Amino acid sequence: MKLFILTVMNGMTLAALYFLVASGFTLVFGLMRNVNLAHGSLYLLGAYVGFNVADWTGSWFLGVAAGFLGMAVVGAILQVVIFRRMQGQDLRQTLVTIGLSIVMADLMLAVWGGNTYQFDPPSWLSGPVQLMTAPVVKYPLYRLVLLASAIVIGVGLWLLLNKTRIGMMIRAGVDDRGMLAASGVNVQRIFTITFALGAGLAGFAGVVGGTALSIAPGEDTRYLLASLVVVIVGGMGSVTGAAIGATLIGLAEQLGLVYSPTYGVVYTFLIMVVVLAFRPQGIMGKAA
Amino acid sequence: MSNVTRRNLLAASVALTVGFSVSAAMAEDTIKVGALATLQGAFTVLGEDGMRGVKLALQQHNNMAGGKKIELVTGSSDASPDSAVNAARKLVEQDKVQILVGPLSGDEGLAVKNYAKTQPQVTFINGTSAAQDTTLRDPAPNFFRFTTDGAQWQAGLGEYAFATKGYKKVVTIAEDYSFPYTQVFGFMQGFCKSGGHVVNKFWVPIGNKDFSSIVASIPDDIDAIYVALGGADAVNFLNQYEQAGGDKPMVGGSITVDQTVLGSKGKQQDYIIGTPSAGPIADNWDNAAWTKFVADYKAAFPDGFPSPSLFAQGYYVSTLAMLTALDQVKGDLSGDQKAYRDALQNLKLDTPTGPVTLDKNRNGIAYNFLTEVAKGDDGHLYNKVVKVVENVNQTLGMPEAEFMAIGPVGRDNPSCP
Amino acid sequence: MSWTATGAAPKPATPAWMKTIRPQHVLVLLFLIAYPLVASPFWTVQIGAQSLFLGVIALSLMFLAGYGGMVSLSQMTVAGVAGYMVAVFGTNSTHPLFGWPLWAAVPIAIVIATAFATLIGIISVRTAGIYTIMITLAIGVAAFYFAQQNYEIFNGHSGFAGLPGPVGFGMDWRAPMPFYYMSLAVAALSYLAVVYLARSTFGLTLQAIRDNARRMNALGFNVNLHRVVAHAVAGLIAAIGGLLYVWMNGRVSPGTIDIGPVIDILVIAVIGGLRHPIGPFIGAVLFVLMKNFAIDLISPERFNTLIGLIFLAIVLVSPDGLLGLWRLASDRLKAAGLNGSTGRQWGNNSWRNNNGK
Repeated sequence: MKLFILTVMNGMTLAALYFLVASGFTLVFGLMRNVNLAHGSLYLLGAYVGFNVADWTGSWFLGVAAGFLGMAVVGAILQVVIFRRMQGQDLRQTLVTIGLSIVMADLMLAVWGGNTYQFDPPSWLSGPVQLMTAPVVKYPLYRLVLLASAIVIGVGLWLLLNKTRIGMMIRAGVDDRGMLAASGVNVQRIFTITFALGAGLAGFAGVVGGTALSIAPGEDTRYLLASLVVVIVGGMGSVTGAAIGATLIGLAEQLGLVYSPTYGVVYTFLIMVVVLAFRPQGIMGKAA
Repeated sequence: MSNVTRRNLLAASVALTVGFSVSAAMAEDTIKVGALATLQGAFTVLGEDGMRGVKLALQQHNNMAGGKKIELVTGSSDASPDSAVNAARKLVEQDKVQILVGPLSGDEGLAVKNYAKTQPQVTFINGTSAAQDTTLRDPAPNFFRFTTDGAQWQAGLGEYAFATKGYKKVVTIAEDYSFPYTQVFGFMQGFCKSGGHVVNKFWVPIGNKDFSSIVASIPDDIDAIYVALGGADAVNFLNQYEQAGGDKPMVGGSITVDQTVLGSKGKQQDYIIGTPSAGPIADNWDNAAWTKFVADYKAAFPDGFPSPSLFAQGYYVSTLAMLTALDQVKGDLSGDQKAYRDALQNLKLDTPTGPVTLDKNRNGIAYNFLTEVAKGDDGHLYNKVVKVVENVNQTLGMPEAEFMAIGPVGRDNPSCP
Repeated sequence: MSWTATGAAPKPATPAWMKTIRPQHVLVLLFLIAYPLVASPFWTVQIGAQSLFLGVIALSLMFLAGYGGMVSLSQMTVAGVAGYMVAVFGTNSTHPLFGWPLWAAVPIAIVIATAFATLIGIISVRTAGIYTIMITLAIGVAAFYFAQQNYEIFNGHSGFAGLPGPVGFGMDWRAPMPFYYMSLAVAALSYLAVVYLARSTFGLTLQAIRDNARRMNALGFNVNLHRVVAHAVAGLIAAIGGLLYVWMNGRVSPGTIDIGPVIDILVIAVIGGLRHPIGPFIGAVLFVLMKNFAIDLISPERFNTLIGLIFLAIVLVSPDGLLGLWRLASDRLKAAGLNGSTGRQWGNNSWRNNNGK
């Protein structure tokens, strides 16, 4: 029983991390049809940048801010310098992001080496807390904070998309890009903002995820794949779908790891294949 | 359309013709040696330290052996066996090396051993790869390993954990592939024989970073956790274990508390102090040859690790063996290197980590070091020597038949719940 | 070569592709045949044969992407499945299972790999365009994880070693020269098959589907069936390439189908050019040369940066790869200062092919 509770908690908190990464990925895709396969690289780069800033300033929170802002700037630059020039060429954009991810991974290896980096979160955020008394269930406080922050950001994203002018424009753009442009909105600005937000979320996730786990080469592909599977399952372009997909994948991974460790990794992909077979556009996706 | 095709192909063919006409003209008084390590990918840091070992040995020999000049050619893999074979093939068939030192990791070693069988004219000397079967089963006659395997690296640890540390019941946590199987095997040989029980073995899929559910599955009624994870995963596990309030002491595999982990940043540094582990080197072994080696390493490579890793040591020992045997045969590699290989086989090599000889499968018999993590005066963590286990052979002191009867290591072999 | 014999076949007209054979083609063929006679074993196998079979695997991607508009990242996975199956059903030294002779193991390996590719097709064609790249990448990685975790069939992380090369007709086909010629024959046949298919009714339909799937659907074509068949054909080509791949190394393991090699195939195909079946072979030659000799030219550590930048430059500057660059340059020369616009553009969800005129 205790093991089951802990495992479900672990699944939920891992899902929180997956949601943070995948929400940015799905946002960018929804509006721009840009499958950003460098999203994982942004996650890792954000984590490294956040680590260095936290190391210099001694403040973990500044590290989190740096991870978000740094990647938001990188995302905006990518959109303005590269992707704007190939509007509507989905496949070419995707190939560019693959090229970027190859180069970024190698350059990050050059700068930060193969070492593992570990954040030092504020001490009041670390250590275990008691969840239940009978049976005694202790749980890492930090992971609870991770879960809470994912919920806050999820709600924030929902409010942004549904209650603000810019959000309305983004949603309008998701539904019909052409119409949005025709109605006199500066589409390029919306695109840049969205890309910056998506990339920033990846950087943010890099720091908070890197704190929960650790930062090392290879994490870029790992979180890219997690994002891919989450949005394929949840439905491309839907933030709610990303939340559902992340929950499914996070739970499957952790329950698999405990109750069937050998094939735990494979289950997530099985879920994906099953969803694709019955609902190709994903659980919350709109039919193509 | 077809115009393009033709011209491109012709252009490509011209490029090729120019390329392969370059032939390796070899002077009589030089010997070409290849060194193969992981200079790409996530193991780059380790491969570079291995190369430092090669370079240090060559420097100390003035790049000469047996009166001949040694010409070093470097090869690089990304730790995948395919890339190791490709790199070895280039060194042997294109660069025409006569002796090859490498590779670094276990599966690479198995792959290169199989390749060695197809190149009988070249002598292969292992770098640091530590899979048992590289030499134990189906060995290649021209593949020599002066280092030891992953089970030998654990010699003495099981007994020490049981008798001195007083751990009776442990669980093991290790990655789900051959090298950790070998390490767990090496630990359990001593631990189970002493009367200890390994109540559960957690095999973590490679690449898994979230250990929280494994941490949750660790039973309360155990005395210690045996962790044979490497690099990122070890740091990760320790951090999560501590976050979850874990307080059982740890016993470490050979790569768990190596320089990579000791040098990583974070809070688990305090926790790992006192962790026993075993491996082919020990940072502060109080031995003149070793301290000289460390000093030479630091002087030669100011940008290296604070203390040479087992990769620097392993490649150093292998290169040293290569050079010493060359000295003995006066650089004579004629007759399909027969005399040279005999010299290697019968070598009694004095290394910074004690004397090394070879068994009949050309696998190293060497010292193994039992250590405990301690904090140095400069604040760096290091492995303090507790005991030196001398002349550890591949069968861990068992008669060969008995040892072979245990069978190949795996997820469930051995077992003592 | 039985070209003349085919020419005398009952078909009324000589197939179009045969008319396009020019002296230059013969020269290239002669060069490829003469190559191992002058090249060292290393250049014959590691550079020559490896370029040929990597080209074959990339060719299967070119066929899907160039003619079908489906960029599949799982072609290396399909090749790896073929390699794995020949190890599972045939003989190996690490984890013997069936131990069938190669003449039995090879066909079943090809059939299973092709069936696997067909399955990938069935799963991925249900969603359109850009989704293909994501889904095939995810399937490829899932296969990698499965192979790494499964010991009963795939022997886990260690995989299989000691695979025998094919022996027959009194020859060891893994010896440098026979292996090269075997690779050359496979490459030539795959190349001709793709060229032929592209001009067949099936190929033309596939290209029409690529350009406008909705129209073809309205015209009564079974769009998904055509796409699935394309996956099957590409799977067959990749499977044969995969056999050569594992025969060269004598081994196969999860590392063979890891994300790195999977992306390598895409890099090869894109660098060479996705418009013409010769592109992947050009890309493969360049890739293999760089992979082997980058260490002598620059430091090996930054090989991936180099290859990544070349890939980026190709994608940004010349969507048709080196082939496109070459064409652009020769067009410019011919146009001699005239308007050099070639009307080349990248379409939505498809690779437009303006060559067919």
